[in-house]
Amino acid sequence: MSRLVRLDQTGHTVLAQWSPGDSVGMQAAQHALDTELERGYFAVASEPDGTATAVRQLPLDAELVILRRPIAGG
Amino acid sequence: MALGAGESVSITGELPELATVAWRARADERSLRRADRLWTLSAIAHELPFLGTAVGLPLLDPVLLPVSVFALAFAWAIPELHAARGAGVLRAPRPRGAGVRGAPHVRDAAEPGAPRACGAGALGAPRATARSTVAERRALGLLGDLVDHETRQLLTATGMVLQRGRFGVWLVAPAGAVLVRPGGRRVQCYCVRVPDEGLPASDRVAHLLLALRADESGFATVANLSFSGAGWRLRRRLAPAARAGLTAATAAARAY
Repeated sequence: MSRLVRLDQTGHTVLAQWSPGDSVGMQAAQHALDTELERGYFAVASEPDGTATAVRQLPLDAELVILRRPIAGG
Repeated sequence: MALGAGESVSITGELPELATVAWRARADERSLRRADRLWTLSAIAHELPFLGTAVGLPLLDPVLLPVSVFALAFAWAIPELHAARGAGVLRAPRPRGAGVRGAPHVRDAAEPGAPRACGAGALGAPRATARSTVAERRALGLLGDLVDHETRQLLTATGMVLQRGRFGVWLVAPAGAVLVRPGGRRVQCYCVRVPDEGLPASDRVAHLLLALRADESGFATVANLSFSGAGWRLRRRLAPAARAGLTAATAAARAY
């Protein structure tokens, strides 16, 4: 089960979940992702091997996609 | 909308935040080495006049020895102040309710009296409440899922995460990150913030960790370098928890 998670003030919020072949779940996740990107979040696909990739469309094969706020030099 | 398994699109592998610092050259191994050299030259340029004064005045007249001692003290203090500024990246923004029951777990990583955390003024500091404690636990749980067992142990002990990269080993904290260069002798301290006042500390670490993993060079470009110098100089300015994190990062960097 793949998850779309947003890092926020509650710790994190699971916005959507989908499985391979679950087209309804995938579309709901893509819609949630688009909505959060419009709100200024950035999406990162986190891989089990410890790598991460910035994405703008839902990587359906990813287990975990995380939405984060922009960072800036302190 | 039809979505296929191959449709994930990367933003050319770059941090989107790079657009906000378009005037900066992208960090690479060469630019990091240049930054190291410039910091060293700057430190020497600051110290030489004081050292010259300390040596020269007693030769002119022994009665000037007290002035010489003051000059020596200044020469000693300047690099210490720089290191103290660097230590700020490993200092968690102190919650206003710190010390009360239910305060977030993340330990204050620098000694009392050390400079405030990088960006602390902009970040603010959320009051520790039952809700923020729950949020901190949730954030910590997700962050724990993002790292391996060894790093999870370090996270539990220090509130920081270790990440191996191309430029060295990173120690990521809520207000920034320390890059321990290969060999483990030299460190660079980077201030980075997430401009959302109410985020739990572990979420801040997760933000920085994900950005770092996605684009290490972009991360070093976006972040502000606050100190470059010897690891031992930084270590002296840290509280035990942060020191333990730095020790782990240094050990990992020695293996590069």
